[in-house]
Amino acid sequence: MSKENEMTAGKVFFNGLIKENPTFVLMLGMCPTLAVTTSAINGFGMGMTTMVVLTMSNIIISLLRNIIPDKVRIPAFIVIIASFVTIVGQFLEAYIPALNDALGMFIPLIVVNCIILGRAEAFASKNNFVLSMFDGLGMGLGFTVALTCIGLVRELLGAHKIFGISFAELAAMIGAGEGVTGWLQSQSPISIFVMAPGAFFVLAALTAVQNVVRSKKEQRGEKTKIQSGCSHDCMNCGESSCEHRFYDPNGKDCAVGR
Amino acid sequence: MSELMKVSSTPHVRAKDSTARIMLTVVIALLPAAGFGVWHFGWKAFMLILITVATCVLSEWLFCLAVKKKSTIGDFSAVVTGMLLAMNLPVSAPWWIAVIGGIFAIFVVKMLFGGLGQNFMNPALGARCFLLISFSKIMTDFSYVAPGGTDVISGATPLACLKNGDPVVVRDMILGTVQGTIGEISMIAIVIGGCILIMTGIIDMVVTGTYIFSFAVFVLLFAGRGLDWYYLSAHIAGGGLMLGAFFMATDYVTRPITRKGQIIYGILLGVLTGIFRLFGPSAEGVSYAIIIGNLLVPLIEKISVPAYFGKKKADTKK
Repeated sequence: MSKENEMTAGKVFFNGLIKENPTFVLMLGMCPTLAVTTSAINGFGMGMTTMVVLTMSNIIISLLRNIIPDKVRIPAFIVIIASFVTIVGQFLEAYIPALNDALGMFIPLIVVNCIILGRAEAFASKNNFVLSMFDGLGMGLGFTVALTCIGLVRELLGAHKIFGISFAELAAMIGAGEGVTGWLQSQSPISIFVMAPGAFFVLAALTAVQNVVRSKKEQRGEKTKIQSGCSHDCMNCGESSCEHRFYDPNGKDCAVGR
Repeated sequence: MSELMKVSSTPHVRAKDSTARIMLTVVIALLPAAGFGVWHFGWKAFMLILITVATCVLSEWLFCLAVKKKSTIGDFSAVVTGMLLAMNLPVSAPWWIAVIGGIFAIFVVKMLFGGLGQNFMNPALGARCFLLISFSKIMTDFSYVAPGGTDVISGATPLACLKNGDPVVVRDMILGTVQGTIGEISMIAIVIGGCILIMTGIIDMVVTGTYIFSFAVFVLLFAGRGLDWYYLSAHIAGGGLMLGAFFMATDYVTRPITRKGQIIYGILLGVLTGIFRLFGPSAEGVSYAIIIGNLLVPLIEKISVPAYFGKKKADTKK
């Protein structure tokens, strides 16, 4: 690998946070993204929970990567991930029961969250534990930011609230009069946004915004290509400039990389 | 095809049909129902129609401007969408409902999918369902002040009465002096509009006929009333069935292409409407039935592929 492509902890961290944001770029972990983002708090809680599990499992998997036999690596990863999900789930139940109730079924379901298994497979099983830890932190934080953004937009439009505080309460806090708070209370929010269709609308809109920023960057010649998180499926991959590309569907450059 | 088709050499006689012409005819056909709504509900209905149409046209123009495409408002399809959406609003709806609905119909349902011809769902109905889910209280509040009066007239729609087992007057429902959204109340006005469309060749009776017929059969079979013609006619005259069957189910973009597909589609709509009206929690189900039908159109097209010209059906299937 050239100097430019060398992975450093910082690079790996920001890669997960922005360049390869799991929700908006990789489109991974859609189930919790769509299901629990009815409010910013829920999205944040889900994101943080996932981040803890992701970081811990990435560390352990990268430490054990030379011991785990290749043929049974997926079951082994799942066992490690499931242990951490159980620990985090019980922790939430004991100390943050409100969040636990709000997320409900989706906490045990973190086990099958494809971000976690995806990072274990694509990153942690190939890199040392420091890099893997930063990858977990970056990806987890990227997931958290994405979920919080979606939740924020959804509750803003669908329930007229910001982080669980309604507009009327907010207006009262900054000293608005009775008239203003009453008027705010009487307005009906677009409640479809806190229901299932709203999740799709907001996710699509935010992904579109992200794509606009991305394509503008690409026009300026900045690198936005994906470095890690490769699925090794070059046939179905649109990253034609990828240096790891070993198969080109167009028939040119069949150099075997990696 | 036993008869030989003779094609003369150029110049050919050209039909004057164009998208704009068809859409303009639809607008004219909608005028009786809209006019009746304005006469029955007063100037506020007129303002709502105006606002919705203006929002739709403006949204389409802005979208074309934003994506640097040639403006497509000249084909009048946004006007039709706006009018249909306004017909689906109760007269008590505030102006911003019309604006949100118009923006949603054009931006999300129509233009984001590629504009007229690419939308997978009838934009007006998509927006109506969006509004119905979001603002169910406003969208089902049918109270109004009659023109020239000062009293607020409120009461259940005929379909809600049917649902609760209260008596309804079918004659009023056919004339249109009942509760409901702006455009759906008068069956006569809508049928006049429908006749205009049929006579000008814009629509044929396939979808409309199979829709209403299969709905009637469904009601007869499953309403548990036996051969109660009065109940049946109330169901057919009430709610948005006529508006949906003549103006929305027949939308070129969102209905199947082949005749066989259209028959399947019509029956599907009739059955779905019957299920929603008779067994669903709300009294009306036409709009949901049609958008679900719209979503199933690609599947219907798949099973109704006609045989290639000159081939037997068996050869078409591999």
